[in-house]
Amino acid sequence: MIVHAVGLRREFVVGRRRWLRRSSGAARRVAAVDGIDLRIEAGETIGFLGPNGAGKSTTIKMLTGILVPTAGTLTVCGLDPVTRRRDLARRIGVVFGQRSALWWDLPLADSFALLGAIHRVPAAVHRERLERCVEVLGLAGILATPVRQLSLGQRMRGEVTAALLHAPPLLVLDEPTVGLDLVSKERLRVFLREVNVRDGVTVLLTTHDLPDVERLCRRVVVIDRGRVVADDGLGTLRGRFGGPRELVVDLAAPAPQLDGLPGVTSTVVEADGLRRRFAFGPATNAADLVAEVTRRAEVRDLTVLEPSIEEVVRSLYSTAQHRG
Amino acid sequence: MAEPDPERGGPGGYRRRVYRPLLVSRVRGQLAYPLSFALDVLAQAIGQAVELVVILVLFSRVTELGGFTADEVLLIYALAGISFGLADLAVGQLDELPRWIRTGELDVLLARPLPVLAQLITADLQLRRLGRVIVGLAVLAAVLTRAPVAWSPLAAVLLVVTPLVGTVIIGAIWVATCAVSFWVVEGRELASAFTYGSALSTAYPITVFAPWLRRLLTFVVPAAFVAYFPVLALLDRPDPLGLPAALRYAAPLVAMAATGVAALVWRSAVRHYQGAGS
Repeated sequence: MIVHAVGLRREFVVGRRRWLRRSSGAARRVAAVDGIDLRIEAGETIGFLGPNGAGKSTTIKMLTGILVPTAGTLTVCGLDPVTRRRDLARRIGVVFGQRSALWWDLPLADSFALLGAIHRVPAAVHRERLERCVEVLGLAGILATPVRQLSLGQRMRGEVTAALLHAPPLLVLDEPTVGLDLVSKERLRVFLREVNVRDGVTVLLTTHDLPDVERLCRRVVVIDRGRVVADDGLGTLRGRFGGPRELVVDLAAPAPQLDGLPGVTSTVVEADGLRRRFAFGPATNAADLVAEVTRRAEVRDLTVLEPSIEEVVRSLYSTAQHRG
Repeated sequence: MAEPDPERGGPGGYRRRVYRPLLVSRVRGQLAYPLSFALDVLAQAIGQAVELVVILVLFSRVTELGGFTADEVLLIYALAGISFGLADLAVGQLDELPRWIRTGELDVLLARPLPVLAQLITADLQLRRLGRVIVGLAVLAAVLTRAPVAWSPLAAVLLVVTPLVGTVIIGAIWVATCAVSFWVVEGRELASAFTYGSALSTAYPITVFAPWLRRLLTFVVPAAFVAYFPVLALLDRPDPLGLPAALRYAAPLVAMAATGVAALVWRSAVRHYQGAGS
């Protein structure tokens, strides 16, 4: 197990600061993370979701040894992040979307060289790993550019490379795609997936960008108000919380014989009867439904629409609100 | 095996490979504009010389300050100035700690397999701070021929060791007080009061201060060991306050103790780090 957390908790003291004293009086302890249990096996890809202030970043920072937990037990890569922070730093790669681990005024290549030295990567191994990242992430043209002159997309590719140079078994990314354009996002996702599949690196990321999760994560952990409100495979969560799937069929001619198909919860008829949208629940097999439709009518084209992760998350948040 | 051994050169070699390129890159930037660098050094030197002027003005009115002559006080001032300049060069970057905390950039340092303090210290190296050291050395050279130093092999050793030990003491005070930022990010002013206040006090014989302040500077914030007590030994004169004679040679021990305390304070401070929100 690469991450094992039991009852992880982190409190912050608020109200002691000058600008808050006027309104809130005495110092107050607030739990940003309020008893999180988490088990992550090597090779998983996990998306941390949750609204702002849910405790995602705080959890990430405890896992990486940056913040000390107030309570609970935590082991990451077999180490206690509090007492073995530096050893742990050699076994994990960390990427912060909002801040840079590179040296602002040095060329990208110099930052990589420094990190190689910091992590004691043998020169030949360093060169080999760097070459691969340079090739896949297209860094060749910007290696000599000082980091401060890079675009956000270029910099993020540099950050991810920097986090992987010491070949960590666990890669932790805090909002890695924030602010990136669509092409840069997709390029990063593809690369991360390859890192996971090819090198077996466990990938844990927080994001507000739900396509990140859909493209990258097999497992989703949803956090709200410092607690885990859902922790399951993406497909399972979709089935449980995602509402109906939809089969969209384009027909050669209007087909009233398609009324009353088994398992269909509702039907919408469009384009003068030439298109039908069948909504069906998780109990219905899409393949059976498709077979039944094609048996009954002449079909020109068909698409199965999965409920979007947005819907899943929205539904999860509202469930959590009811419970809280 | 053809592969170079990453551990070759031992831990010292590791540090050299990691920190030297960092420091070299910091220094290269400063030396890129020689005139501006020279002016920076000059400004620091003037800052240090202002204190010298204050002392000289004082002695135009009086012949003794707290029982010490002008040359004796200047000896204290010179040694303290060198120590302060070297300490400033080494750990002066810690003044930026509140910014590192406020912006959350400290997260990045904590995610690296290196001590946070070492990273903060090597994040910058302001060579202009040598301006203070230069003034201190110049005054020391001028005053050594005039002050009634009781020369002996021990005194010679003491003269060399004192600025270095003083650097360690001031550096330790600096580290311990800057750590306050981890509890109160806006605590910079308070920290500055201690760092610069105690540094300023090192330039004078503690006999000029009120008794409570003397005790503070001797036993709590050990600024009196930076220059005052070693100078008593150099001059081979009894302590006007009748404190034990052993104190004048205690600076190295005090430096070790101060370093230990500073390390403990720093460690507990880092564990108290609250992060910057996101």
